[in-house]
Order: sequence, then C-alpha cells, then structure tokens
Amino acid sequence: MSARPMQPAPPASEALDEVARGSGARGVVSRRGLFDREIIVPALGAAVRKLDPRVQVRNPVMFVVLVGTLVTLAESIAHPGLFDWSITGWLFLTVVFANFAEAVAEGRGKAQADTLRKMRADTLARRLSDGGAEEQVQAAELQRGDLVVCEAGDVIPSDGEIVEGVASVDESAITGESAPVIRESGGDRSAVTGGTKVLSDRIVVRITAERGQTFLDRMIHLVEGASRQKTPNEVALTILLAALTLVFLPVVVVLDPFARFSGTNVSVVVLIALLVCLIPTTIGALLSAIGIAGMDRLVQRNVLAMSGRAVEAAGDVQTLLLDKTGTITLGNRMASAFLPVGGRSEEELADAAQLASLADETPEGRSIVVLAKDRFNLRERDLGPDHAFVPFTAQTRMSGLDVDHRAIRKGAAESVKRWVVDQGGQVPAELDGIVEKVARAGSTPLVVADGREVLGVVELKDVVKQGIRERFEEMRQMGIRTVMITGDNPLTAAAIAQEAGVDDYLAEATPEAKMALIKAEQEGGKLVAMTGDGTNDAPALAQADVGVAMNTGTTAAKEAGNMVDLDSNPTKLIDVVEIGKQLLITRGALTTFSIANDVAKYFAIIPALFLTAYPQLKTLNVMHLHSPTSAVLSAVIFNALIIVALIPLALRGVRFRPMSAGAILRRNVFVYGVGGIILPFLGIKLIDLVLTALRWY
Amino acid sequence: MSYLWFILALVVVLGLLWRFLGAYMVAVYDGTTHWLGFVERPVYKLLRVDAEAEQSWQRYGMSLIVYSGVAILVVYLMLRLQGSLPLDPQHLGAVSPALSFNTAVSFVTNTNWQNYAGETTMSYLSQMGALAVQNFASASVGIGVAVALIRGFSRKGSATIGNFWVDLVRGILYILLPISLLATIVFMAQGGVQTFAGPVHVHDVLNGVRQTIPRGPVASQEAIKQLGTNGGGFFNANGAHPYENPTGLTNFLSIVLLLAIPVALTHTFGKMVGNVRQGVAVLAVMALIFGAWLGIASYAEHVGNPAVAAAGVTHQGAGNMEGKEVRFGVQQSTIYNVASTQTSTGSVDSANDSYTPMGGFAMLSGMMFGDVTPGGVGSGLYTILLFAIITVFIGGLMVGRTPEYLGKKIQAREVKLAAFAVLVMPMTVLVMTGIAVSIHAGRVAPLNAGPHGFSEILYAFTSQGNNNGSAFAGLSSNTAFYNVSGAITMLLGRFAIIVPVLALAGSLAAKQHVAASAGTFRTDTPLYAGLLVGVVLIVGALTFFPAVALGPIAEQLSTGRLF
Repeated sequence: MSARPMQPAPPASEALDEVARGSGARGVVSRRGLFDREIIVPALGAAVRKLDPRVQVRNPVMFVVLVGTLVTLAESIAHPGLFDWSITGWLFLTVVFANFAEAVAEGRGKAQADTLRKMRADTLARRLSDGGAEEQVQAAELQRGDLVVCEAGDVIPSDGEIVEGVASVDESAITGESAPVIRESGGDRSAVTGGTKVLSDRIVVRITAERGQTFLDRMIHLVEGASRQKTPNEVALTILLAALTLVFLPVVVVLDPFARFSGTNVSVVVLIALLVCLIPTTIGALLSAIGIAGMDRLVQRNVLAMSGRAVEAAGDVQTLLLDKTGTITLGNRMASAFLPVGGRSEEELADAAQLASLADETPEGRSIVVLAKDRFNLRERDLGPDHAFVPFTAQTRMSGLDVDHRAIRKGAAESVKRWVVDQGGQVPAELDGIVEKVARAGSTPLVVADGREVLGVVELKDVVKQGIRERFEEMRQMGIRTVMITGDNPLTAAAIAQEAGVDDYLAEATPEAKMALIKAEQEGGKLVAMTGDGTNDAPALAQADVGVAMNTGTTAAKEAGNMVDLDSNPTKLIDVVEIGKQLLITRGALTTFSIANDVAKYFAIIPALFLTAYPQLKTLNVMHLHSPTSAVLSAVIFNALIIVALIPLALRGVRFRPMSAGAILRRNVFVYGVGGIILPFLGIKLIDLVLTALRWY
Repeated sequence: MSYLWFILALVVVLGLLWRFLGAYMVAVYDGTTHWLGFVERPVYKLLRVDAEAEQSWQRYGMSLIVYSGVAILVVYLMLRLQGSLPLDPQHLGAVSPALSFNTAVSFVTNTNWQNYAGETTMSYLSQMGALAVQNFASASVGIGVAVALIRGFSRKGSATIGNFWVDLVRGILYILLPISLLATIVFMAQGGVQTFAGPVHVHDVLNGVRQTIPRGPVASQEAIKQLGTNGGGFFNANGAHPYENPTGLTNFLSIVLLLAIPVALTHTFGKMVGNVRQGVAVLAVMALIFGAWLGIASYAEHVGNPAVAAAGVTHQGAGNMEGKEVRFGVQQSTIYNVASTQTSTGSVDSANDSYTPMGGFAMLSGMMFGDVTPGGVGSGLYTILLFAIITVFIGGLMVGRTPEYLGKKIQAREVKLAAFAVLVMPMTVLVMTGIAVSIHAGRVAPLNAGPHGFSEILYAFTSQGNNNGSAFAGLSSNTAFYNVSGAITMLLGRFAIIVPVLALAGSLAAKQHVAASAGTFRTDTPLYAGLLVGVVLIVGALTFFPAVALGPIAEQLSTGRLF
C-alpha cells in the first residue's frame, strides 16, 4: 500500500486569483462577455420599451431629457429644419442609450436566471407519511415540515435539513463546483438545497422552505433583479442628481429673457440642447446599470447578496472577523521540522516518523511523509508481509506501526510518554522543554517513540496561506482591521496572528465572545463583516453588518447572514469588500466625470448662443468650432455617445486596487475629474470636424 | 505702507484673532465663560427664557423665524412712524412703505442693502434703535446658526442643537458688544463723528454757497457695521465718507473687523468638532479663493481702465482711480471692496460701478460662490459646510465608502438638505434677474445700456440673494418693484438656507459617530481642500457662467482681451 503523495498546497495568491476570476466559468451562473449577442439583441428591444414615461419618471434626469425631446420634436414639426431634427434625433438617442445601458445590465442577470430556472424542473418527491409509508407527490405540493426520502440519483425536491442518514451530494447546480460534498444529519453540515442531486446513500430530509421561497427561487429572483430596490446611497445620489437637474432649469430658462435684454433671441431647441448637456445625463443614464452590475459581479464570484444594501455596507466595512482555519491557515497542520532528543539524529527520527505515518491518511500524517522525503529523500518502502498498522483511537491518542519487532508510535506528548514509561523506558529530560517550545510557537508537538526509547518531536505547523500576509497589509492600507477568530489557546493564537500579520485575534473563541466582539466594534462606530457556517454562528451573522454565510453551512446560518457564498470560501469576504468599494467608486467617478464635462459644453454652446448679440464672445470659442449650429450639435452628440462609450466601464466597474483613501482619491480625481474636463473638449472638437467634413454644416 | 506690508499686517492680525477670538467663541457657545453673567441673567429673566433648556432643531428654527418676523415688523413700524418719534433733528419724516419693508428685511437678514441715502432718509433713532440694533442681532443670529450646525457634528445621538435665545443673547453680549465698544473708540479717535447734535450748516461767503453737513452717531454704528458683516453705512457714501472711514488706519481696522469673526469661526469650528485641522482646511479654502479673487481685482485695477486705454490714454500710472478715494488709493480700496463682497458685508470705500469690468467681475463673482470666502458672520461657515457635505458626498464615493463627514454618515436626508440649501441662492438670483430684465419696471432702472446695464441688475440681485448688501450702483432701485423683489430675494437668501441648515444640524446631531480609519476620506488634507475649492468654484461657475458671460465678460471683451 502506498500513501498518496501529497501535492504542495497551491500558493494562496493563486487561490485568491481563482476566486477573483470567478468560479462561475464552470458553474451555472456563468460569466459572459460584456457584449454577448444574446444579451445585446434583447436589450435593444428593451431599450425602446423602457421609453414608457411611467418607467422614465423613476429616473428624474432622463425624464427631463425625454420631456425635452418631446418639446424639440414639436418644434421640429412646427418649423422643420435639418438642425432641429438633428437635435431631436440625438436627444431621443440619449434616452435610448440610457435605457440600453440598463437593459444590458439587466439582461446579464436574466440570462443567468433562465439557466437556473431550467433546473427547477418539476420533480416528484417521496414523502414520508406519519406511519412511515412513502408516497409520491409533486415537489410543488410539499409543505414546510414534511419529511422526504432521497436516495442515490434523486434530485432533492426542496430546501431542507437532513434528519437521518449521510449522503454525498452533487451541488454543482448551485455552486458550479463539480466535486460532491458530504451532507449528514446533525451538526453543521445538515442543510441541503433543492435542485441538488444525491449521489450515494439514503437520507431523510425535513423540508424547510415551501415552493417559491427556496434558495433557488430566491437566487433567481436576485439575479434577475426583479425586486431591485434602490440602495440608500443610490437614493442619496439620485437626490443630488435631481437637485443638479433642477438648478439647471432656471439657469437655462432665464437665458431667454437675458438674451432678449441683450437684444437677441435664442431658439427653444438650442436652450433644450444646452439643458440636456448641462444636467448630469452621463451618470443619470448609467446609475442603475452600475448598481445592477455590482450585484452581478458578486453573483459571478458565486456570492449571493440578499440586498444591495449589504453590498454597499461591504464597502464600508472597517473590521473583518476571519476564522483562522480555512481563511488564514490552510486548515491542516503540516509537519515542518524534526527535533530529535537523546542524541538521535534528525534522519533517524524522520525515518521512524515516516514509518509511523505510512498508513496515516490524515493530512498531518501525509505531511510527515512528504517532509521526510523532502529533507532526507526517504522514499516510501515496501514493508513486507510482517507488519501491522496501529490506528489512532481517542483512547490511546497515538498511532503507529508494528514491524520487525519494532513498535513505533507517534502521538500527543503525554500519551507517548506514558506508553514509553509503561514499557519501562526513560523519557529524556530535554523532551518537555522542546514540546513546550513548539507549542509556544503556535505549532503542535507530536512525540515519536520507538519501543522504550523516545526519538524526538515532529513539529506540526499550522501553515499560514501564502500571500495572505500581503492581503492583510492591503486591508490595513484600506483602513480595514483584521481580527482572527480561533478556538486555539491564546499562546498558539498569538503566534499565528503574528505570522499571518492580522491586527488582532480572539483566542478560545466562543459564539458569545464573537458576538461581544462584534457589538464592541459596532459601539465604536465600526462596521463589521464576518463569515460563518454553524448554527451557533447565526446570532453573530445577524448582528454583523455584513454576514457571509457559507453555503455548506446550516439553514439557520444562511438565513441569519445577508450574503451566501456558494463556494464556501471564507477568503472571499475580502473580495466582497472590494466589490462593495468598487461599486461606490464607480458611482462617484462617473458623477465627477459627468459634472466635469459641463465645462467644455459651456465653452461650446455659450459663444454660439450669443454670437449675434456680442460677437466679441467668439473669444470664448476656444475649440474654434465651425459654426454655432455645429457647436451645439457636436455637444449634444458627444453627450449621447459618451453614455454608450461608458457602458463597459459602468458594467465592469472602475479599476480598484487596494490603496489608502488619499491615494485612491488622488487617482480618481485626476482620471475622472481632470480627465472629465479635458476629454469633452477633444471629443466635441472631433465631432465638429467630422460634421464639417461631412458638410453637414 | 506698501501693499505687501498692508497684506502681511492683515494676515498677522487675523492670525491672532483666529487663534484667540476663535477659542474665546468656543467658550462663549459652550457656555463655559460667564464674566458678563450679571447682565446676562436679568436679560433671560426679561425674555422669560430658561437658559438651561435646549431646543430641538424645529424649536430652534421656530424661535428664529418668530424672532425675525417680529424684528422686521418692529423696524418697519419705526421707519414708518419716524416723523412722530424723537431724535429726528433734520425732521426727515416717515419712510415710504415699500422702502421701509425693503430696509427692515435688509437689516434683519444681515444684508444691509440700502435703497436710500442714510443722511437724507433716516433719523438718529432709526439709525441707532432700528438699524444698528439689527446689525447686532442679525449677526448674532447668523453665528448662532453656524454654531448649531457645528453642534450637529460634534454631538452624538442628541435630540437638541442648543437654545436660540441663549445663542442670540450670548453672541451679542460676549462677542459683538465688547469688540464694537473698543473699535468705536478707535474710530472716534481717528475722526469718526459721534454726536446727537444734528447737522452743521455752513455758509461759504467767498463762493456764495450754503452747505449742510450731516452728522450723527456714526462711529458706534461703523464698528458693528463691519464686525457683524452688515455693511449698511450711516451715509450714502458708506466707507468712502471721511466721517465713517477717516484715515488709512480706520480703513485697515474696517477690513480687520469685517474679516475677524468669519475667519475666527473656522477655529471655533475645528475646536468644537475636536480637530483644529478641520477648521484649518476650511480656512485654507476660503483664503485660497479670496486670495485668487483679490489678485484678479488688484491686477485689473492696477492695469487701469480698458475704456480709458481705448480712448488713447497710454499711461494710467495710478491704476484705475475713478471712483476711489485718494486717501486710500487703488490697492487699499480694492482689498476693502473684495473683503467686503466676499464676507457678505457689502460696505464699500470706493464705487464698485467705477471698477474695471474684470474688477467688477471679481466683486460680483465673489458673491456668486455663495459668499463663503470667508462669508458673513456665521453664514459663511454654515454655507461652506453645505458645500463641504456635497464635496464629501462625491469624494467619499470616489474612495469607495458611503460618505461621512466628521464622523457623521452623509445619507439621503443630508444630501437633500445640503443640495437644496446650496442651490436656493443661484435659483433665486437667476429667476429674479430674469423677471427684472423682462418687465418694464425692471428694465428702466439701470443707468447704462448693454452688458453694463445687465451687470447692474444682476449685481443687485446677487448682492441681495447672498445677504451681502453691496451695491454696484448705477441702478435706480428705490422703486416699488425693486424694493419688493429685493426683499423677497433677501428673505429667500437668508431663511431658505437657514431652515435647511438647522434641519441638517438636527439630523446630524441625532446620528452616532462612525469611527475613522485609513479607508476614511480625510477632510483635513490639502487634497480635500483642493476638492472643496473645486466644488465651490464649479457650482458657482456652472450656475452663473451664462449670466456673467452676458455681463462683465461681454463688456470686457468688447474693449479687448479678458486679461
């Protein structure tokens, strides 16, 4: 027999990249190109359907554009002319482009929802009656509290909790992860999701959700954006945009009397063109697309947010509570050093330890074999017929091997010492010192003995994920405090905390201690995010501002949190924070860009507007635009086209790198503020050149 | 004294006032100083005010509105009944209803727009008992509102924002009266007139002219006129009159007084929110814009009048001296008027109408930014904090956090109130100007045609909408239309901002603090100050650019280049 050679753990940074890329590619919730044909074509239709004023009125900025378009349309019909019709056409397109942006964002969700819906094909459920007899019923008829039987090959009819049995379940329908997972009654792995498939064994499930309220249903609902509510920050921004729209109304309206006083006239069409150019149409058109796309980015990383509010809160998180195991450390302790005693060599110790571990399939056991091979090139060997493995039991707290009259054992220090003394052996005096030193460093000491002799100590180290330290450093720069939660004793916890570079730790953590920590942070005015999967995590998940429940966790945990991670990868909490921030930054950047654009538009339109009254204002025509009409039309065309040009940015989100707030602000002010002032000067000039070259004007 | 020394002296004196007056005002509004308690307590007894009882923002606002309403009525009645009241040695008689209304509103709103010449319209009683009283009270109301807003930031989970009556009384008693008293003595020592003896009649036999030289209690009114950023002069000539502003020293003192409280309040603000750097950031924004505009105006006046140059005069050695007092010269006149327009004072020591187009543009546009650099007493601070909230909202988003300012989350309600309060001024000014240029009563008032005439109308409403009160002159505005439309503009410019500011204070005070971290958008850095400068300038520019293009810019370009 041979132990499976152990793969070195993938560097954590790669694992994180994997998360960043989104595991969706292999799942149902698939990632799509920004402009898939199957999204674009229906979106074009939706863009026209959304012209319904009842839809438009939800967006005050674009509603003003629509009303303006109707006025110029009336004007164009009354006094037909190429200019008026051109303006009307481009204003109309401005509204359509805005609708299109929203429709594309929604389309991505709809496509995902359709795929999910296919999975919800009606299944028959095997319901257990009170007497224990089975009956076939439609899954739709199941009531909360019903018991159903699922055997290998059955699709679990609805969400529930296993009350009896253990089974391997294929959850790829939900998570995209093809490897089956074990689900068993009792404990924290008892929840099953409707639509997943039992691969082996038999389980009895108590239904916890009725049709229409299952996890799958909620997921469809969410990705479709059917119940999308504006988030608090989105509401605040909409108010600001509405106010900016409102103030430009009098600014433009009074230009008519101002012009008359100055001895000239301005046409209604030009005034409406100016109004549309000044009001923040760019951000107004893209705002809802940004919000939908933010939720979508989470879905692509297999995180389901129960509300947009939670996504916004994620951007504000100041304290991250991270479980040690699986998030900060790889989860399994690994052999890192052989520490011989009693004059034995390291190699002798390694040799014995390897022998004692050959049959040990635990990750710890395998890591000893790997270390022995790495350090001393000790290969696995054929032991011949005369050997017996001694398995680990809770009573002996040791495991090992009897071979060729040797009895090799490895195990907890106290157990192995007792075993040696029982056989009449001596325990070297130095052993206790080494054992304590190893423990103090945050590792687990494993004592190895060969018969009556103690050979030494194998240090099992809790291995901190590669790259996690850098990740925490980034968090610190972003002003986020990381707190490691562990059941370890304070000594071990401190050592690991130090190595991983977290800001703080909570050792010997109980659910109550966790809860107290969250409340203390919140009372200090901080927003807290955490992950959890157990039922005893539920209160803390509910208390935290962002509670990410693992999909493998209990129903209670999933209901308490405001996000569910389908991959059950606690490291993803960090990505969730970044997505939240990116969402807000995209809104801020495009708002700044939109307002900054106005400067150039003024310089295009104002000289054109009053050129007859005050020819000297041509000095303000810094772009040297061809004629007043081409100037106004160029500004309007730029204003419409910039919406389309920015749709990819709105959907993808602006580039986000973890930096301090000051550095992020400097960069964004430069790119979107200063850039937003300069770009339209170039754009409007270019459009004017094209219009002139085409002899449009 | 050379211009640089003048400015340096100003900076040093204002620096000291920033430090010490700012800290003193913290003690006044925190209620930790009581050295005038023997006067203060009887006042509360008289007003039947419980000095310990705090008010919610609604009660604070209601008290303010009721007080202001009564004050307007009292001033109106005093002016209407002037002929029957004592201290009227010139027998000036009653003031007309429309002018009384405009004047009452003007002084209660801290505007001091004057559609009259003081020496030929107002009795000594009206000057002292009606107008000067409001100079004190309206200034104290403004500071109180600013302090109430600061309390909104500094308090946590509080239902109250202070007590209007206590803030009003303490502001007058502990800040305005003592400083005015000292300043009055300096004005009198320098030759400012202070008397009840009535005008002097002179018979110049040589030239065969009879002259009436008006006098009155001038010096005492001069001090509070500047200190309270009121600006309403005793004489029509305002700070250009030798009895109001006799010497270079009083000219310097005037500038110090009108900048003192708005500047020092930024220190008060920083101290009360627990981080003086926050106040420094706000002051830096004010100083930057002020400095830039002073530069524009000084340069334009120094170079001289383009119209004069166009007429063939090649050398204007003293700069543009038209409309300026020889005893002050171009530079000190320019700094006085820039300081006065950017503090909502509105007093002048030279004629704005005679400034070069770009000099006039500096005065006009300085107000168009909302009079926040440093703005009127209290009003400058609370208005710039509105801009700060907008800045923080957009800037906060750009760092990826839902925005917060001074530990308070800026949410839908705050954005709504701040945006409304910031935009009410430009909307009022533009709509009123639009009406004025559309109707006959409005169009006949300017003395000039073309862009200059437009500037005269635009300036009048900009000045009143910002509660500044300075006049461009050249506008015959003592008409029913301008008296009433001006009064409406002043009321909106004052109370349509104060009410949302108080609501904001209430909403912020009720919130809990959010802890700051490295991810927080810091509001005490040069980057933030730069952003706030940008927001103030862009909001002003976007709303007023077309109007300004038709006024001073068109006028300047008609005679040459922009600079």
